[in-house]
Amino acid sequence: MNPKRLAGKPAGELISPAENTWCPGCGNFSIQHMMKSAIAELVEEEGIPIQNFVLLGGIGCHGKLVDYLNVNSFYGIHGRSIPAATGIRLANPDLRVICHVGDGDIYAEGLDHLIFAAKRNSDITVIVHDNRVYGLTTGQYTPTSPFGFRGRSTPGGITERPINPLAVMLASGATHVARGYTKKIRHLKDLFKEAIMHRGFSFVDVLQICVTYCNLTDYYNEHTYELQEGDVETGRFESASRKIREWDYNQDAPIALGTFYSVKRPIYEEEFQALTAGRPDRRALVQKVIEEWR
Amino acid sequence: MSEYSVLIGGKAGEGINTAGLSIAGLFSRLGYRIYMYFDYPSLIRGGHNFAIIRASEKAVRAHRTPVDVLLAFDQKSIDNHRDRIHDGTTIIYDASVVVRGEGYGLPLDEIVEEEGAPPITKNSAMLGALSRVAGIEPVIYEDVLHASVPAKYLDANLRVARRGYDAAGRVFVAEALDAPTLPVLTGNEATGLGLVYGGLESYVAYPMTPTSNLLHFLARRAEDLSIKVLHPENEISVILMALGLAYAGEKAAVGTSGGGFCLMTEGLSLAGMSEIPVTIVMGQRPGPSTGMPTYTAQSDLHFVLNAGQGEFPRFVVAPGDLEETYTWSAAALMLSWKYQVPSIILTDKTLAEGAFSFDPAEITLPPDREPVFWDGNGGYQRYAKTEDGVSPLALPGREGVVVKVSSYAHDEAGFTTETVEGVRDLQEKMLAKGESLERELMTYPAVKTYGPHDAGTTIICWGSEKGACIEAAESFGAQVVQPVVLAPFPVRLWKEAMIGAGKVICVENNSTGQLARLLRQQGFDPGRLILKYDGRPFAVDELEARLEEVIA
Repeated sequence: MNPKRLAGKPAGELISPAENTWCPGCGNFSIQHMMKSAIAELVEEEGIPIQNFVLLGGIGCHGKLVDYLNVNSFYGIHGRSIPAATGIRLANPDLRVICHVGDGDIYAEGLDHLIFAAKRNSDITVIVHDNRVYGLTTGQYTPTSPFGFRGRSTPGGITERPINPLAVMLASGATHVARGYTKKIRHLKDLFKEAIMHRGFSFVDVLQICVTYCNLTDYYNEHTYELQEGDVETGRFESASRKIREWDYNQDAPIALGTFYSVKRPIYEEEFQALTAGRPDRRALVQKVIEEWR
Repeated sequence: MSEYSVLIGGKAGEGINTAGLSIAGLFSRLGYRIYMYFDYPSLIRGGHNFAIIRASEKAVRAHRTPVDVLLAFDQKSIDNHRDRIHDGTTIIYDASVVVRGEGYGLPLDEIVEEEGAPPITKNSAMLGALSRVAGIEPVIYEDVLHASVPAKYLDANLRVARRGYDAAGRVFVAEALDAPTLPVLTGNEATGLGLVYGGLESYVAYPMTPTSNLLHFLARRAEDLSIKVLHPENEISVILMALGLAYAGEKAAVGTSGGGFCLMTEGLSLAGMSEIPVTIVMGQRPGPSTGMPTYTAQSDLHFVLNAGQGEFPRFVVAPGDLEETYTWSAAALMLSWKYQVPSIILTDKTLAEGAFSFDPAEITLPPDREPVFWDGNGGYQRYAKTEDGVSPLALPGREGVVVKVSSYAHDEAGFTTETVEGVRDLQEKMLAKGESLERELMTYPAVKTYGPHDAGTTIICWGSEKGACIEAAESFGAQVVQPVVLAPFPVRLWKEAMIGAGKVICVENNSTGQLARLLRQQGFDPGRLILKYDGRPFAVDELEARLEEVIA
């Protein structure tokens, strides 16, 4: 088959006609365009048919991304994309299932699903638009907001400390853990491609600029650095854990960007594949079960 | 008429349910129709469990209070059931434990010790003793044990059963009937088999009584039935996983009870808005909150009719026996896919965990219904406008197609919209599907009647109370009318069934009369209410006494 035909649409055609309503300067634009490019490049380079990509969105500014790309999508509900993604992957092993979720969305409302998807090594990709604030509900603290954050629900400043989502994911059994930043877009795109191609549960926390409610551009520009060869042994839990704990999303510290951990483990969905393989005549099977009932 | 009731009671952990099913198997092999009620508290060891097995020449779907034989593993099994014991009752008890007993005392501790058999084989001693009392040949109980006991323990069970048989004496003779041996299934098992008949490919559930056994049954038979069975972290994940499966083309069902269904309601509303099919088995038990986990109620009718924010069509069916459970579970799944609406199969503990003879000959299979798939002409739009409101499906992975589903108000292509025309069209499209479904249901047995039409008295009931109502109605010569489909409510079929109904009485297992309320909403008079809300189903004689008060 002609690879060009398989490749389908060039990147530009993946932008949908839906009207974009993100704030000018929003970090979501970077994520959207890098996701678009990552998909287009994977279509070209890996020969994955465009129709085999499925995007899921939660509820929040991040979720709008699925409207803005002309790709199969499941625009779900707050915090609940992940179990739907696992269901999609269970039904069709050829699909590349990518969840776009927010930090309020998945670290607060849907944390249980995130932990369990990592635990079971569900073969899906989770991209967290981590702007560390609720944007669409106009500025409340999230699980990754720094200590003392003054949001509209906590005008006196929060008295709880943020979670380190990468540490949570590593502890939960995620087999691919990475972090990106919306101002480093080429790096971000490569992280997306790597995560999508990972066989098993892949997780990318994206430090995302929210220009309206939590603009940490200067802070991130000053503190972030890209992991280099030798900075972390991605096949070793202890090495990854050390690097992940370098910054706790609260105290000032260098903020590493890149892949911290990537290992192979059996995939959850594949355990079930054989059960429904082929085109079994289930009515005959039901009949048999009834006839042999004792 | 030949009919026998046997009660077996003991502590949790002594295998009362299994022993009850063995007794069911005994009478079943003689051609009797079986109903078994299993009563147990929510604990693993101790307490008091009992099963009542009713065996009859004709189909029975409810128990009666008096019993012919009482098998007691402990004192409570006699003392708690004084009202069931009458002059003709034979009591067989464990003489190692029971101090005040009359009848056949079996020294069970001694027997199992002498036979070198594990304690669980005491159930077989009871089975043997019951066989002797009921004049049933050993070859029958031996066949029951061959079918139910692992080979490793078979010999020990056979020896212990024989000791029980030898220790008792014949009291009556349960004659073999000229009728086939029917399989004895629980409502949960019939639901599972019906779902698979209807096309189920994946079952997703989190354990919760009374539908845990549906999960266990399908998980155990997953290979035999070629289905996936999944048990994720909670009921929210359960329904979302099912919606993901269905979006990608795999037919999925979920199972739960009221508490779990609470967690599923946001997913239910998502199913409504995104038009992704899902079938939900909702086994009722008494609430509010944890309530009585292992008992029964019909108190979630309005909950399932109204659950989920916003307005969207849904299919709700409440089967009342195994045959209805099997056929309507299949129909619910097929209709859910045809109309892209959530289907809810409303059962309860009585039906789900009760065991009944299952007669395949009595089944009228539902018509085959297929989902509507896109024909490939023109551009694909997931929510394209159509006359009946049903938009053709395409699955992600199909070349040249982008499938966008959404929880937001959306346009035909699936993009978010908040325009006046856009949201109005969407709402009307969803309602149109409900109307199409309602029209189709006119050809289904959505309302059923039993007994004489001109009786002058009509008893209304729904779900598992059907069995007790039909039997009790016979002694008054009354008609019984049972709405099987509860949403969309089959108005015309109901009107037809109720022509000349006369005096109307509504029987329900709840404290407020939920079917009665639904009927009033539809503009019908539910008549006088007979309600029971103690977590137990009506015994036939108990219902007869309540009806007597109202009819007299």
